[in-house]
Amino acid sequence: MSKYADLLNLPDAQGHFGPYGGRFVSETLSHALEQLEEQYTRLSADPAFQAEFDKDLAQYVGRPSPLYHAERWSNHLGGAQIWLKREDLNHTGAHKVNNTVGQALLAKYSGKQRIIAETGAGQHGVATATVAARLGLKCQVYMGAEDVKRQAPNVYRMKLLGAEVISVESGSKTLKDAMNEAMRDWVTNVDDTFYIIGTVAGPHPYPLLVRNFNAVAGREAREQALQQIGRLPDALIACIGGGSNALGLFHPFITDDEVEMYGIEAGGEGIESGRHAAPLNAGRPGVLHGNRTYLMEDDAGQITPTHSISAGLDYPGVGPEHANLKDVGRVKYELATDAEVMEAFADLCKYEGIIPALESSHALAFAKRLAPTLGKDKHLIVNLSGRGDKDIMTVAKMQGITL
Amino acid sequence: MSRIKTTFANLKEQGRKALIPFITAGDPKPDATLEYMHALVEAGADIIELGVPFSDPMADGPVIQKACERALLHGTRLIDVLGMVADFRKTNDTTPVVLMGYLNPVEALGYENFVNEAAKAGLDGVLVVDLPPEEATEFSALLAAQQLDSIFLLSPTTTLERAKKICAATTGYLYYVSIKGVTGSATLDVDAVAEKLNLFAGITDLPLAVGFGIRDGATAAALGAISDGVIVGSALVGKVAELADQPEKIAPAMSQVLNEMRQALDKLPG
Repeated sequence: MSKYADLLNLPDAQGHFGPYGGRFVSETLSHALEQLEEQYTRLSADPAFQAEFDKDLAQYVGRPSPLYHAERWSNHLGGAQIWLKREDLNHTGAHKVNNTVGQALLAKYSGKQRIIAETGAGQHGVATATVAARLGLKCQVYMGAEDVKRQAPNVYRMKLLGAEVISVESGSKTLKDAMNEAMRDWVTNVDDTFYIIGTVAGPHPYPLLVRNFNAVAGREAREQALQQIGRLPDALIACIGGGSNALGLFHPFITDDEVEMYGIEAGGEGIESGRHAAPLNAGRPGVLHGNRTYLMEDDAGQITPTHSISAGLDYPGVGPEHANLKDVGRVKYELATDAEVMEAFADLCKYEGIIPALESSHALAFAKRLAPTLGKDKHLIVNLSGRGDKDIMTVAKMQGITL
Repeated sequence: MSRIKTTFANLKEQGRKALIPFITAGDPKPDATLEYMHALVEAGADIIELGVPFSDPMADGPVIQKACERALLHGTRLIDVLGMVADFRKTNDTTPVVLMGYLNPVEALGYENFVNEAAKAGLDGVLVVDLPPEEATEFSALLAAQQLDSIFLLSPTTTLERAKKICAATTGYLYYVSIKGVTGSATLDVDAVAEKLNLFAGITDLPLAVGFGIRDGATAAALGAISDGVIVGSALVGKVAELADQPEKIAPAMSQVLNEMRQALDKLPG
């Protein structure tokens, strides 16, 4: 029996993953969260709801996504075989849509006519605008003013899909501030508004339901590995912002003790520079956005600014389940710097003809480091969580090119 | 008897309502707060709520967000705020002081450390906006051991069943959030507030104070008439930004706002 079997029972009834998680919100939201929890518990046990979700994933999202052997890149690196879980091939170009399709169904069943979301890179915003359009629901997306600038194509995509993008000027003008503003909106409009949180963070039950909606990727990958590799992989690798693509891949393997797991945080310009977004590597436990987890904060408990080349990882917290998986040692949390990320990004373009998202390139960067240290008979699955079209302006700028 | 209990008992005897101003500590600079606190007492405050600045004040509207930013510009820490309370106590031993803020600065200081320092400073109660009773067991026990009150929020969305739990966890007074929204929001439905307050009054003997949306004498009187007291924040904190280039006028302007409310409340039939 797996020594990690107990992890499958988390979160507990109060939404705790060990000492992490919980529901740290102002009183006005408590009732809405209780209702959401009750609704999710009921619907997730309802075969009709599950069938509707599965049908949307198959016919709208385009699942299952392939598990692709990056043979040429693996050969170039000269070590372990690298397999890519192609979440970039999902409708809207990232794993985010798995969760928004699920939460949109919850919104539909709740009868609420308005959807709000926060977004960093814009992938979750696009995925939310997409499902809102499909259901004919009004949609407003909060996005930090900094991110609006550096992710212009996604801002326009959301507008094409009929969503209103609200540029957030408070604080550091990035994802955390967008989340503050979305929470303020929700508190004000809680009766008619469904808040689609984009990652495995926030107050209970969000970390639970976002994980479960994303776990389809891990379930598929596990089956695909058994078929295509003939056994379970030796390790899984995924990037960590809030950590939803990582948990989606990891969770169905949690009790496969022989499968190692690596979550890769944004090392930015290096931990010693202070310019990074790596709370699990360099932060400490605290409470923000409704849950207790590892945070980037100063000695007085103020949240500190983060830096990452990728807007989607530019967040000072991380999902509470990751905090617990770190403490119990089930997952190892490593770093990739901006420079390593750019190299891995270029590699995948060059050797595999795939333009990866800068977020996912963090996972690729670690694979590039790990693979050469292992034998050719070892197999790594990297979650290619998103495609990189949205990032070409950022990459061009890094290369000193004006498009 | 605690200062908060004594205050409400005296008010009840006099047939008066509690007037509870909120200001953000350290706004616009650390040495301003003590002056404002004394001025507010002079203008009729019964209890003072001091806001602890936080980088991510999720439950607050733009006015108090900006106040937090101004206070943090000068690096106001939770421990500094307790220092302000201690300074206030040097010349005022009767007006209760309650800290209101977010959990993370308290966690950073450590529960025990905070509670010990708070007791030494002469603090009376604590309201942590993002700490509901379900998550507060350990913290509330530590506060109680030092005779500090744990104040919790009730809201328009709080069910009766939930309110019972909240009332059971609360000491001092209950803070009813009058609207669904953030601090400083405009629209106030007095009838809806009255209906909820009636419901909650039936399940607790604790005083019920109402906050959010109180701007002037008229709104203070309207809510004072149906509660045990009113809390006013953004209408005071807004003066700091408004008078940024004439900082010497901030305290008098706050006093004027509060004094108008005091007079309106004292005209209410006891």
